[in-house]
Amino acid sequence: MTVYAAPGTPGSKVTFKSRYENWIGGEWVAPVKGQYFEDITPVTGKPFAEVARGTAEDIELALDAAHKAAPAWGKTSATERAAVLNKIADRIDANVEMLAVAETWDNGKAVRETINADIPLAADHFRYFASAIRAQDGDHAQLDGDTVSYQFHEPLGVVGQIIPWNFPILMAVWKLAPALAAGNAIVLKPAEQTPVSILVLMELIADILPRGVVNVVNGFGLEAGKPLASSNRIRKIAFTGETSTGRLILQYASANIIPSTVELGGKSPNIFFSDVADQNDAFYDKAQEGFVLFAFNQGEVCTAPSRALLQKPIYDSFLGDAVTRAKKIIQGNPLDTDTQMGAQASNDQLEKILSYIDIGTKEGAKLALGGERADLGGDLTGGYYVQPTIFEGHNKMRLFQEEIFGPVLAVTSFTDYDDAISIANDTIYGLGAGVWSRNGNVAYRAGRDIQAGRVWVNNYHAYPAGAAFGGYKSSGIGRENNKLALGHYQQTKNLLVSYSENKLGFF
Amino acid sequence: MSTPTITAAVTIAGETVPRVELTPVAVDLLRSLWDEYGPLMFHQSGGCCDGSSPMVFMAGEFITSDQDVLLGRFELAPAGEPSQPLDFWMSAEQFNYWSHTFLTVDVVPGRGSGFSAEAPRGVRFLIRSELMTTMTPFAGTVDTAGTDRVEADIAAPPAPISPPTARV
Repeated sequence: MTVYAAPGTPGSKVTFKSRYENWIGGEWVAPVKGQYFEDITPVTGKPFAEVARGTAEDIELALDAAHKAAPAWGKTSATERAAVLNKIADRIDANVEMLAVAETWDNGKAVRETINADIPLAADHFRYFASAIRAQDGDHAQLDGDTVSYQFHEPLGVVGQIIPWNFPILMAVWKLAPALAAGNAIVLKPAEQTPVSILVLMELIADILPRGVVNVVNGFGLEAGKPLASSNRIRKIAFTGETSTGRLILQYASANIIPSTVELGGKSPNIFFSDVADQNDAFYDKAQEGFVLFAFNQGEVCTAPSRALLQKPIYDSFLGDAVTRAKKIIQGNPLDTDTQMGAQASNDQLEKILSYIDIGTKEGAKLALGGERADLGGDLTGGYYVQPTIFEGHNKMRLFQEEIFGPVLAVTSFTDYDDAISIANDTIYGLGAGVWSRNGNVAYRAGRDIQAGRVWVNNYHAYPAGAAFGGYKSSGIGRENNKLALGHYQQTKNLLVSYSENKLGFF
Repeated sequence: MSTPTITAAVTIAGETVPRVELTPVAVDLLRSLWDEYGPLMFHQSGGCCDGSSPMVFMAGEFITSDQDVLLGRFELAPAGEPSQPLDFWMSAEQFNYWSHTFLTVDVVPGRGSGFSAEAPRGVRFLIRSELMTTMTPFAGTVDTAGTDRVEADIAAPPAPISPPTARV
């Protein structure tokens, strides 16, 4: 067990600045209007740094820097860009603890997750796209004896990216790595709840990236996000967030006729067929853990398995075992490596979760575990902690239909395969899903029948860089991770070449 | 004079009972935002991160369509003042799952909210919900209910609260 020293106290792995400016053209640039806002750590609910409150003027400065950097960066060879991405990955690996503590302090999540998942995965994503861009070939086709079609991948130029707060560094990297690999320059706006950790990363890799290739402007959505998303100086906008702002982003993109990828959340079903309980063995243990993964990252994951569907014959026994297991979740100081569940990312997030617990109760759902704010005492009393919460109910309840983005699980039962698929697909979302069965045929068919972009079969919450991630239905448009993501940051150039001396003969 | 709760006028054809209201603190905040930005609108968001919350945009900024439902229209202006109509929208697909609940827009301290206008003030709009006596929740959903024990519990939910009458 290790308890990392809190930032601002002796021995902390990270030393934050008291004030963070915007990161533009490879240096700190004060916001044009001179305004700042406080970054609050959810661990204690107290502010720890001032952050630039960027506006349209700052977005323009960042776009200037990006446009200045884009032509040269876009002309570098894939080999050169891959080398840069690999150097970034090495730098991240050499600073895992520092970045992990920064991320935990900014977001509130348990440090065992940032050390073992967020930060190592960020490094791996850079390496994956370093490899992917080098392995990417263009296409050609010989259309007839004298005519050849060549297809080249070209960078889009300058792109905008708006990042969520649930995995501030990793979600930034999901967008940065393919965009950089493809040769684009970037203006990135972090979430206002978690504006600092990505700046810690930018400072760490400042000497590796050419100036202006990545620019970060902080601020509020209306004041900084909208000017970026609606700018006619970007060639693509990527967004992860909620559906209303997602629709606005798509609207702005349509005005500029640019592509947009949006990832807008989910209400992912996690289906457990009866045969998982055929034996009380390692697989049963794994399935039980798969159920309890609703509490991973305090439930603040777009793909959180927030609806558990249990087949009737095992409903009582499986749920009983799982509730017992969930009771053992260790909540505590997020900087303690033994802590399994940290703080929700903000006060309003905490309030929203409590409001959903309230409507769940009013709708008649039956509380099986938790259901209240957690007071962890001491400095943590002011932090934003919620008990892991399990409700039993049915799929038409709002508890089952809205993304709560907290450690709140809605459990229901199903009779047979068709019932399971029907309940699983009865949602406006389609981002993630889980299927658990010892029968490979059943698991395969369910995986194909569920309308979601990512179906985990006999596992959950793995996010390898090579596996495509994105939504069906109202969960969004586009794919991240996997080499497919490169396509969202590339233009296709077709050179149609005639090797014939003979005229067409029309005129 | 203290700020009143404001209940939205009914805007759904065939309905007679209001669906949305504003707490006094929400009214104060909206009036202040109106002074800063001009006419406003709400769109109830779903999904990720800042979602599942009401977003306030400049009126007309968010393009609604047949895929949205107008749940109600608030008159934000105090009596005798020029009208300040504020529409409350939700996507039609989301409304399918929300239609049995009465929504109260409240305000809590917070940080960040997509492109919603209140975030720089350090506050956040929040939805509180009640069951509506006038709606039949979960009609035809018995098949998808949990175990028999759960079904029995659901068959007798806590007494729903009557939707509030219009208050001034």
